[in-house]
Amino acid sequence: MALALDEQQAMLQESARNFLADKAPVAHLRKLRDSRDADGFSRDLWKEFAEMGFTGVLVPEEHGGLGLGNVEAGTIMEEIGRNLTPSPFLSTAIVGVSALLRANGERKSELLPKIAAGDLLMALAVDERAKHGPRQIAMSAKRSANGFALSGTKTFVVDGHVADLLIVAARTAGAPGESDGLTLFLVDPKTKGVDIERTIMVDSHNAARLTFDNVQVNADAVLGEVDGGWPVLEGVLNVGRGAVAAELVGCGEEAFGRTVSYLKERNQFGRAIGEFQALQHRAAHLYSEIEITRAAVLKALQQLDQKPDKAEPFVSIAKARAGKTATLAVQEAVQMHGGIGMTDAIDIGLFMKRVRVAEELFGDTNFHADRLARLKQY
Amino acid sequence: MTDLDLFRTETRAWLGANCPPTMRLPLEDDEDRCWGGRNWTFRSDDQKRWLERMAERGWTAPTWPKEYGGGGLSRDEAKVLREEMRAINARSPLDSFGIWMLGPALLKYGSEEQKKKYLPEITLGEIRWCQGYSEPNSGSDLASLQTRAEDKGDHFLVNGQKVWTSYADKADWIFCLVRTNPAAKKHEGISFILFDMQLPGVSTRPIVLISGKSPFCETFFDDVHVPKENLVGELNKGWDVAKYLLTHEREMISGIGLSAGRPLGQVAADTVGAEDGMLADPLLRGQIAAFDIDAAAFQLALERVGDLAKAKQAHPAMSSMLKYYGAELNKRRHELLMSAGGSDALEWEGERSRGGDRARSWLRTKANSIEGGTSEVQLNIIAKRLLELPGA
Repeated sequence: MALALDEQQAMLQESARNFLADKAPVAHLRKLRDSRDADGFSRDLWKEFAEMGFTGVLVPEEHGGLGLGNVEAGTIMEEIGRNLTPSPFLSTAIVGVSALLRANGERKSELLPKIAAGDLLMALAVDERAKHGPRQIAMSAKRSANGFALSGTKTFVVDGHVADLLIVAARTAGAPGESDGLTLFLVDPKTKGVDIERTIMVDSHNAARLTFDNVQVNADAVLGEVDGGWPVLEGVLNVGRGAVAAELVGCGEEAFGRTVSYLKERNQFGRAIGEFQALQHRAAHLYSEIEITRAAVLKALQQLDQKPDKAEPFVSIAKARAGKTATLAVQEAVQMHGGIGMTDAIDIGLFMKRVRVAEELFGDTNFHADRLARLKQY
Repeated sequence: MTDLDLFRTETRAWLGANCPPTMRLPLEDDEDRCWGGRNWTFRSDDQKRWLERMAERGWTAPTWPKEYGGGGLSRDEAKVLREEMRAINARSPLDSFGIWMLGPALLKYGSEEQKKKYLPEITLGEIRWCQGYSEPNSGSDLASLQTRAEDKGDHFLVNGQKVWTSYADKADWIFCLVRTNPAAKKHEGISFILFDMQLPGVSTRPIVLISGKSPFCETFFDDVHVPKENLVGELNKGWDVAKYLLTHEREMISGIGLSAGRPLGQVAADTVGAEDGMLADPLLRGQIAAFDIDAAAFQLALERVGDLAKAKQAHPAMSSMLKYYGAELNKRRHELLMSAGGSDALEWEGERSRGGDRARSWLRTKANSIEGGTSEVQLNIIAKRLLELPGA
């Protein structure tokens, strides 16, 4: 299979590019931020996502979706990255759907059409510490009368304060550090004992801190196997990691593109600053990093579609590369813009903020380098 | 089963039956490479057999037309062949500047007679070529080269000096850039000619490098008579041929960081040891992991640019990006090999270190970002042609 988008994928990307540039450019993020919007995203825009079919990109056709794969979802994520669009697309249409695809038939029939229609928002609650570490989950799920009682705290839950349904990873057995003994639950956020604190983040995108105080859920809230949630969680996280890597490619490339334009426009010493070799070489190096990362990310997305059980190393390579490359891109972008790059008036700083958050989400570069080393047994 | 699947099945079976087991072992050192040529001495019968069998199928130059000794494979088939060879760790049957550099240029710019004469002997490993490009005063500014070729009616009279001529002392023929019109602008007075290194007036002198080895030579031309029919392309249009050939040279160098060899993690485990399955030196482990990520991503980028080229969507200057990155990556790989090897890697002589192979290879890689256009020249090309920055 060629390491390039096919014609249909390229067309989808084109339509996502036009749609987002038109409906949700960076100004859209600024508006939500400056108005301190309670949702942190636009419900009207989400409806339009549904009309475009984006909400159902991963939803099988029999459940009302487009039935496409991670490569296609990645093209939309890339455009979201390019425009810094705040959207529940990642948490719901990608992470939420890929979790529900691992649920039983009844759940799928009930929930997937709602997501495709834009009527259900989801959020994944995994991390409990400041750094990503799904093995470290300590939150307890003790067996109780009708099912389980959940207690613990979750942090960095993307779209946690607007979700209609939470996917919560908790420990039914084992100890933190172990992958065995984890179980995934579908939890209604309105259940008694769930406390949700929206956390305003540096990038003006949604996140929340969730506290569970003896929250009672029924046995049918379990997604997958009791004690055997690890492979499901990892599968879902890998899909999310691939998607965030695609978003980072979009962020990095857009910041880079704007910077190259600026190098051609900005005059100092009587010439365009892009004539200076000191800047040319840095720009050329960054171009190389971005092109190489693009290949790694596309490969990971293809692998998630074709051979998901062998996607792990490719996903880690992609997420690590994407985080590192986008970080370099936004740092160079601010530096090469000079003083103006430090102002809130232009968008470059917003790219830097989003990249910092996306780098952290679902494991940073170091996390994935360590994971790759473990996979390669050193 | 698609045609390509069928080709894969057949190729796998053929390689399984025909690639000698010793040709599936990692290269111990540079001496294990097969370069061919008039004076070549095979290191083993297997090395000879492997070359002959592959050459017979045209698989030393898989994508060249069959009429010129190639395999006539499509790019997809050639990719399958590469993958299947990699799967059994098959060594390259023939390393050759003829295949990597001259051949593609001849296929594009050569006359029918030239293709028929030169290409088959390249694929068979009978003639070994060297590249006469750089001169003492023309390094990065290659187009300023001064070696003269005067038109003497039926022949060119060549006088001048080349430098950094890889393996000139072992090569049979040279492809050479010469100035045929000193009055024209520097890019417009250059021609691309071929000649036998045994012609009177050609002499070579190996240059001892920091590795203690001499892969490069100084090459001198003193009244060398070169037949006019050895001109490739048009007179004074040699720069086009030269640039085209350089993109192939860059592709060749970009791949070097990915050459087979034991994974760095394993190499490091030998010296620093492991605790709980992890390298005992956590900082080295981190550096190796960061390298492995970049190397894997780079390999995918090579694949992607190849796929884009097939769809005619690749910008020609992308070869500069790959050359730049591949060269820097290979240097980094060897820095890590030295770091992993510790004092063992510092031994310069003796059996244990195979004559100081680790250290000498490390030093050799420092040329990667100089040869075939420096990293800085590649960055200039990217800035100018891909980013279209002003004044670049």
